[in-house]
Amino acid sequence: MGNAAEKKLPRIEINARLCKGCSICVDFCPTNVLEMRGTTAAVKDLAACTRCQLCDLRCPDFAIQVFD
Amino acid sequence: MSSPTGGVVKKEKVSVPFDYNKYLRPNKLPHIWCPGCGHGIVLKAMLRAIHNAGLNKDNVCVISGIGCSSRTPGYVDFNTLHTLHGRALSFATGVKFANPKLKVIVVTGDGDALAIGGNHFIHTCRRNIDLTVLVFTNATYGMTGGQYSPTTPIGSQATTSRYGNIEPPFDACEMAKASGASFVARGTAYHTLELEKTIQEALEHKGTSVVDIIDACPTYFGRMNKFKGASQMMEEIEKDKTVSVKQVDKLPPEKVQGKMLRGVLHKVDRPEYCEQYETLVMEKAKAK
Ligand SMILES: Cc1ncc(C[n+]2csc(CCOP(=O)(O)OP(=O)(O)O)c2C)c(N)n1
Ligand code: SF4
Ligand code: SF4
Ligand code: SF4
Ligand SMILES: [Mg+2]
Repeated sequence: MGNAAEKKLPRIEINARLCKGCSICVDFCPTNVLEMRGTTAAVKDLAACTRCQLCDLRCPDFAIQVFD
Repeated sequence: MSSPTGGVVKKEKVSVPFDYNKYLRPNKLPHIWCPGCGHGIVLKAMLRAIHNAGLNKDNVCVISGIGCSSRTPGYVDFNTLHTLHGRALSFATGVKFANPKLKVIVVTGDGDALAIGGNHFIHTCRRNIDLTVLVFTNATYGMTGGQYSPTTPIGSQATTSRYGNIEPPFDACEMAKASGASFVARGTAYHTLELEKTIQEALEHKGTSVVDIIDACPTYFGRMNKFKGASQMMEEIEKDKTVSVKQVDKLPPEKVQGKMLRGVLHKVDRPEYCEQYETLVMEKAKAK
């Protein structure tokens, strides 16, 4: 625990009630952080997230946000 | 798919997500739009632009006609009006004329603005009344099941063109400019940060400001034209079939041919309608 070299991970919030499963966030994430699980987006590789916010910017449904 | 920056050079990372709830009626969500419908992406860019322009919610009025795009006012926490098909601009003209201090934003579909509302569109531009007009151009009548619209490309399938559309599409920007709008721009849902800036510039301009916004209707236009989903439409229509005005001079002609221009295409200072009227009234009152 507490490895100083370890990077602080972002927090990705996906609202399952609002997500309509369009997969736009998954298709356009530059570092393949996300995947579809059934009809909802899900986080696959949090460590790869660069916090670029593109998933949030292009989500039509207010369903995904990335917190530092 | 490759899309690292959404077409916008963004050097520093944004790490605080935008608080959309401040401008929404959150109990109205989820909205009625289909999975992947571009209208939600455009709505979000509009909210960020309103925020960035520093507008007070109570001084904003969002007015629409009829269509999927025209459902926007139901979700936003401003003064809102959902009116008649094609007539959003007429209601907006009335609201603005009655209270010129309001920032009046019209949200309208390509059918609403350019087909049934085409006449209102050209005369609004001619008057140069201070309205921000956001045209959600998805090349179809989404709400009524995918009939072709005045922006459907030649050859495209629609429920009313089963052998391919033979009508040449309107260019909403050319039309707005020719009719007298003093600010004319284009954006896409794909280039969402660029769109946010373009809408902000439109909001800050005095006069009729038209932003033609290319977005996707995956349910009708997409399915009928053999797109696999919204992402493919964003990639192949919004990204590949548009080019920024800032890059156009640097590109070889073959990279520009057949593409629509994005960015601010026309911006001039021209007398605004409400101000002209006010001046006239004051002159006549003094002369009495
Ligand atoms: C006077 C009148 N004519 C026709 C209709 C049927 N109608 C409802 S929405 C619409 C077209 C909507 O297309 P567009 O404005 O492009 O919006 P979209 O659904 O594509 O966002 C039509 C023809 C109507 N509601 N009122
Ligand atoms: S913030 Fe960027 S890197 Fe992180 S999940 Fe979203 S799109 Fe992917
Ligand atoms: S873009 Fe939004 S609605 Fe679409 S799958 Fe991702 S989180 Fe869900
Ligand atoms: S029918 Fe088309 S325009 Fe209407 S909500 Fe569905 S995807 Fe959007
Ligand atoms: Mg339409």
